[in-house]
Amino acid sequence: MSRQVARGVDTKKISSELFALTYGSIVAQLVNDYEEDDEINKQLDKMGYNIGIRIIEDFLARSGIGRCTDFRETADIISKVAFKMFLGITPVVTNWSSTGDEFSLLIENNPLTEFVELPDNHSQLNYSNIICGAMRGALEMVQLDVSVWFVQDQLKGDNITEIRLKFNKRLEDALPPGED
Amino acid sequence: MADEVLYDFLLLEMVDTMLQTDLDKDICLSKLELLGFRVGHSIVERLTKDSPRFKEELDIMKFICKDFWSVLFKKQIDNLRTNHQGIFVLQENKFRLLALMSNSKQYLEHAPKYLAFPCGLIRGALANFGILSIVTADVSIMPLCKFQIQIQRT
Repeated sequence: MSRQVARGVDTKKISSELFALTYGSIVAQLVNDYEEDDEINKQLDKMGYNIGIRIIEDFLARSGIGRCTDFRETADIISKVAFKMFLGITPVVTNWSSTGDEFSLLIENNPLTEFVELPDNHSQLNYSNIICGAMRGALEMVQLDVSVWFVQDQLKGDNITEIRLKFNKRLEDALPPGED
Repeated sequence: MADEVLYDFLLLEMVDTMLQTDLDKDICLSKLELLGFRVGHSIVERLTKDSPRFKEELDIMKFICKDFWSVLFKKQIDNLRTNHQGIFVLQENKFRLLALMSNSKQYLEHAPKYLAFPCGLIRGALANFGILSIVTADVSIMPLCKFQIQIQRT
């Protein structure tokens, strides 16, 4: 009779754990497969990029957001809408460069790193590098060429996780190859 | 709370990434299965931490079909059958990962690589209940999919 055991369990919580655990297993497997941290970072970035270029469609369709007029607006939408929608967190936008083309996202509790401790011999590994790739990929699809990298990482003993975004250039409308 | 769409994309991307780690496709598939095993193993641990001991194998299977599957794929398994001799068949009429791809025989040849991970999930979950098993998946038309569980008696 009392077989229905998991009713009391918060399934929402479990599903975010599921995400963290799945991601963790993927990273662990990549650590097994590749020797250099740089190579692992590259793979994670690539995965993120591929996710980013597709998830932007889902994002635009669901949020109904139009074009941004400047990079500050882009920053706001990334933190308040996109991060909120996909990861359930709202990073703080800060540290603007004087020219307005660079800013940082501060993440206090990164949902990907819930069960993670980095071993000492992987000091170069950017565990959550997939986020950088995803932002780069998604922004590329709205014609923004952006560099994304980690400045601080809580996994490496910093107080906060800081991701830096730098606007490089606007990508011009281009016709697909083979069409005139 | 991570988004469902994001999880789907992560799984799809995981399959592609893992398939590039080795030239031998079978090795890649077993890596994906192992990934699933780890995840299934730990999720069951979190899900059952406050639950009483399960009496029978069938109870465990029901748990897998209902609670476990709902956490993973937001629905229950549609059909559970068994021959009462250690073989169970779990049928999914609309398996989410396959439903994204096709509802016919198109792309059928790609189905196995997306099923290695869920097979591992089930095997890992059972392993945490102390049940050794072999789990295989079978698709004849997408997105319907059958997972066959063969329990290993020692």
